[in-house]
Amino acid sequence: MIPAPFEYYSPSSLEEAIELLERFGEDAKLLAGGQSLIPMMKLRIIEPKVIIDLNRVPGLSYIREEGGFLRIGALTRYYMVEESELVRRRYPLLHEAVSQIADPVVRNMGTVGGNVCHSDPANDLPAVMLAYGAEMVAVGPNGERVIGASEFFRGPYQTDLRPGEILKEIRIPQAKPRSGGAYLKLERRAGDFAIAASAVQVVLDSSDRFEYVGIALTSLGPTAIRVDAAEKVLLGRSSSNLSSINEAAELAYKAAEPVSDLRGPEWYKREMAKVLTKRALLKAVERARSFTG
Amino acid sequence: MGEGRKPLRRVSITINGKRYEAEVEPRMLLVHFIREVAGLTGTHVGCDTTNCGACTVLMNGRAVKSCTVFAVMADGAEIVTVEGLESDGKLHPVQEGFVEEHGLQCGFCTPGMLMTSVWLLSRNPDPSEEEIRRYISGNLCRCTGYLNIVKAIRYAARKIREEGVSPIPRFTPEKPGRG
Repeated sequence: MIPAPFEYYSPSSLEEAIELLERFGEDAKLLAGGQSLIPMMKLRIIEPKVIIDLNRVPGLSYIREEGGFLRIGALTRYYMVEESELVRRRYPLLHEAVSQIADPVVRNMGTVGGNVCHSDPANDLPAVMLAYGAEMVAVGPNGERVIGASEFFRGPYQTDLRPGEILKEIRIPQAKPRSGGAYLKLERRAGDFAIAASAVQVVLDSSDRFEYVGIALTSLGPTAIRVDAAEKVLLGRSSSNLSSINEAAELAYKAAEPVSDLRGPEWYKREMAKVLTKRALLKAVERARSFTG
Repeated sequence: MGEGRKPLRRVSITINGKRYEAEVEPRMLLVHFIREVAGLTGTHVGCDTTNCGACTVLMNGRAVKSCTVFAVMADGAEIVTVEGLESDGKLHPVQEGFVEEHGLQCGFCTPGMLMTSVWLLSRNPDPSEEEIRRYISGNLCRCTGYLNIVKAIRYAARKIREEGVSPIPRFTPEKPGRG
């Protein structure tokens, strides 16, 4: 299978990429790792007239803690996150999710920025970013704009990015002592998209009460779903209280809006939202209790 | 440029130590560059949708699915294909492993399976069975001969450790690529 013809540009700076994006508007698509875009072009689901390849733009690939955030350049490939000792040790939710995206060979090409900008409801990182309360840094003709994860994911394959804007960086709040997270993903087979998945990030106070809770679901609606109601229920409560955790899991069940498809019937996915959220919460709490910073 | 004209791009891609230069359409996939421009047909096209891994090659030392990379993205890159594994008539340890442990049945997935194995062994010279299974999870064998594939990779790992050689073949610039 061969994609429809397109004009190809390979800018060597973000400024040049933004100029091209402004010039071609809706006709253009940005190419990062290509692991979702290229298959869609081959299947002729999309036929962009212009491809702007970001792979030669320098300075978009990094992982570092700075200014209260874990900062990830948009072109950072999954394997860099997976192999990062910093991420493995301090950001278990991110590490666990990235290590389960597609398969190891795909992870050598796919990028963190591409994953969030593609905004496929079955992509793993939108829910992770919602659970962390992450921020997306976009750069466009009018300069930089910081977008909260809750505003960023608008719908299936839709983000808050405006014409001419490019995602430059993802900022995750820096790991505090007694923080922890987990990503529980149910797959039909290795490398598949999730049937259902739950992303949980928590911070506990000195008496083991929930100081921060982020819960979000993958593959359970038209976009990643943040389960605000469950977060509110847990805030301030003891993390040893199993009935609160069960209540939160029940709210995840209610928040899920799955549809029946080849990965399973609607009722089953809803049940899995509950089970996975409960397990992810228990795991996140366990990790938070032993994380000293 | 005129409306509707899709200009060709000049790319230079080194495959198995030999440089190939060509004017290609930007939509040309790396796997087609390898098979049709370089004439190296050992790299297979399987599912064509990034699932099966039959088209796996090394790009700058990492395994990638060459049906999901445009040739223009590989401009300037160093590619290793299955043809680059054998050296001076001697099989690469992973090839020897697949022969000795019967790591293939129909053989269609084998070139991709070999390249992922080479990448795995370059990262980890002594992988556990679980690690091997995780690394090859993006390479599908529809004969389902995974048990012997795992044995073959363990054989190769032992051999590479014993001989102390680099799993990723090195090519001297003078040496022409095969095929």
